[in-house]
Amino acid sequence: MPKQINVALIGNPNTGKTSVFNSLSGLNQKVGNYPGITVDKKEGICKLPRGVKAHIIDLPGTYSLNASSLDENVVIELLLNRNDKDFPDVAVVVSDVENLKRNLLLFTQIKDLEIPTILVINMSDRMAYKGITLDIPFLEKELQTKIALVSTRKKLGIDELKELITNYKELSLKPSLAASEIDKDYFDKLRKAFPNQLLYKLWLVITQDVNFGNVNRNEVQAIDSFKTKSNADLKRLQQKETIKRYQFINNTLKKGQTIDLKTAKDLRIKLDRVLTHKVFGYVIFFVILLTMFQAVYDWATYPTDFIDESFASLANWTKNTLPPGAFTNLLAEGIIAGIGGVMVFIPPIAILFLFIALLEESGYMSRVVFLMDNIMKRFGLSGKSVVPLISGNACAIPAVMAARNIESWKERLITILVTPFTTCSARLPVYVIIISLVIPKGSFLGLNYQALTLMALYIIGFMTAIISAYILNKVLKIKSKSYFVIEMPSYKVPLFKNVALTVLEKTKTFVFEAGKIILAISIVLWFLASYGPGEQFNDAENIIKTENIALSGDDLEDKIAAHKLEHSYIGIVGKAIEPVIKPLGYDWKIGIALVTSFAAREVFVGTLATIYSVGSSGDDEETIKSKMAAEVYSNGDKVFTLASGISLLLFYAFAMQCMSTLAIVKRETNSWKWPMYQLVGMTLIAYVAALIAFQVLK
Amino acid sequence: MKLTLADIKRGQQGVITDVSSIHIPFKLLEMGCLPGNSVELLQVAPFSDPMYLNINGTHLAIRKETAIHILIEISNA
Repeated sequence: MPKQINVALIGNPNTGKTSVFNSLSGLNQKVGNYPGITVDKKEGICKLPRGVKAHIIDLPGTYSLNASSLDENVVIELLLNRNDKDFPDVAVVVSDVENLKRNLLLFTQIKDLEIPTILVINMSDRMAYKGITLDIPFLEKELQTKIALVSTRKKLGIDELKELITNYKELSLKPSLAASEIDKDYFDKLRKAFPNQLLYKLWLVITQDVNFGNVNRNEVQAIDSFKTKSNADLKRLQQKETIKRYQFINNTLKKGQTIDLKTAKDLRIKLDRVLTHKVFGYVIFFVILLTMFQAVYDWATYPTDFIDESFASLANWTKNTLPPGAFTNLLAEGIIAGIGGVMVFIPPIAILFLFIALLEESGYMSRVVFLMDNIMKRFGLSGKSVVPLISGNACAIPAVMAARNIESWKERLITILVTPFTTCSARLPVYVIIISLVIPKGSFLGLNYQALTLMALYIIGFMTAIISAYILNKVLKIKSKSYFVIEMPSYKVPLFKNVALTVLEKTKTFVFEAGKIILAISIVLWFLASYGPGEQFNDAENIIKTENIALSGDDLEDKIAAHKLEHSYIGIVGKAIEPVIKPLGYDWKIGIALVTSFAAREVFVGTLATIYSVGSSGDDEETIKSKMAAEVYSNGDKVFTLASGISLLLFYAFAMQCMSTLAIVKRETNSWKWPMYQLVGMTLIAYVAALIAFQVLK
Repeated sequence: MKLTLADIKRGQQGVITDVSSIHIPFKLLEMGCLPGNSVELLQVAPFSDPMYLNINGTHLAIRKETAIHILIEISNA
């Protein structure tokens, strides 16, 4: 079997590195996690000429080998550890023809690590448009490398790149410039102290403030004792190194690259005059946002309904086909209903991810960050917080992860803490059913009351996030360097393949990650609701039959199911918490739905469905709705009134009811402290808001 | 008085003369914000913050509080 070549794709953000990855590996790719951290690890397999195979890793985008974030850390850890099973046989540095100057900085650093390196100059189709001509042989000689001119958009140069990868052994290992010249004495001493180590690697280990995990730990300690320079001196040297690299790059490009400014066009500046304009910029942004939400709810309705109905009939079919018994019930009411509960979220989430992918691929998202930074800064957030706050409207889990590129720890933490206030799609089923139950149908100025209520809930969610951020900013005593740098890339027409793969992969992650939890909860819930201690539960059938001799058929079945539920384990819990939730206007049954909702909000409707013994009709909202509307207290008062309805809506708007989000926050903040603050704080706000609403309105 | 990047007007071009490396993130240096490199203000958000710049061919945005630590000379009026 021929040996597999390990290839690492490295490059600055916005160079189209992922497009190159997609062109090389197509659908032969998978996304995992680096052990212990939530950074995505993208791997793929590519067939090369002459039967050779390449294992390709798409490393996170980075501007240099000086890591300033978790994602960038991954790149350095891999490149400094020759024992890693993924250590590249050949590094492919992807650059963008329009930003060669800046992209080459990283390239020269990688070259210093003496790893065989190929330079990909991507987006070569834009050269004519930009008036750029390159002297490739000259550049190859100066940079000590082989260059592949690639255009993933026009599908050019990929075969040449594959050929270069196959022949990686012919690549020069010489650095393209001698960085050690910045302080000869110091580097000579370093070389003498560690004769067996690569000089540039030592330098990187010395200058990084980041933790290198288990890599090079001993070496780092050994070097600590050698340290002869203060941190300020090292910083100055690093700056000198960067200047030196830029001098080399500028000199090289002066000869190897010509830009004819007369033929160069710059669409970016023209577009930015409008899109980042003080007034029009904001107008356009809000129009885009409105379109997005409109699309998420309009387009998603049909596939969601279809999935919902399909699972309901599948559950029904299972129940009617398999022999009756506990196992059939578990399958139909627990597992199938549980999976259905996950699947119905696919359409809205996929559409939202589609929009976010389009905004990011096109380069527009950076403009939004630019426009919003000033406003967000006042609330202790960063312009970059906009991305999590927008995607939080689909699901808080990817949103919390999207906060990762916020440079300041304090701003990032606040963003993570307030993101769950935004109205995620799991709240929607709860909102829809309660609004239709308690809000009158009329309209005001042509605007329907029910739609207005829904919109108000979205605004409340967003405003609460912003106001909480403001308070947290004042309360949290965290010293963290606040800075903000964002690149404004050229606008690009998004590549269909990239967008499709992103949507596919993110949706898949959501389904499997969230799905596991929802599935587990619904199974546990089913057990707790289906079994109970004592005679009241086990002998329910006889008790009800003797009490209601006149009843028969469905009504009798419903009555028995309800009685069983009241005395099941979950019923006992519901009764126990009733005193706490009574002031909010809820009975014990809503209490159970609240308890199960702490696993995931969307369980609410399903729980009520079970509780009101609707049985096999599953998630059919009309049926549940009519049961809810008919639900009365023993004195004949309705359970769902305007007061208790508004109280419930507010509770769901504020409460932290999502275990998956708590788990992700724990992973991202590396401590249980923050998710616990979220859980307690948000639920407290929810309780107080619901209490006030009910007591005022009742 | 020395001019900083925070003083530059829209459409003006300048050259960076010095950067205070303690106050500005290293990442910004790596993106080309170094002495000798050219700089141009392309666009500002309301209240002139953040600033959208072209530094050495790279288009990026930074906050004003960072810009005051970058000294410049204006090369056209």
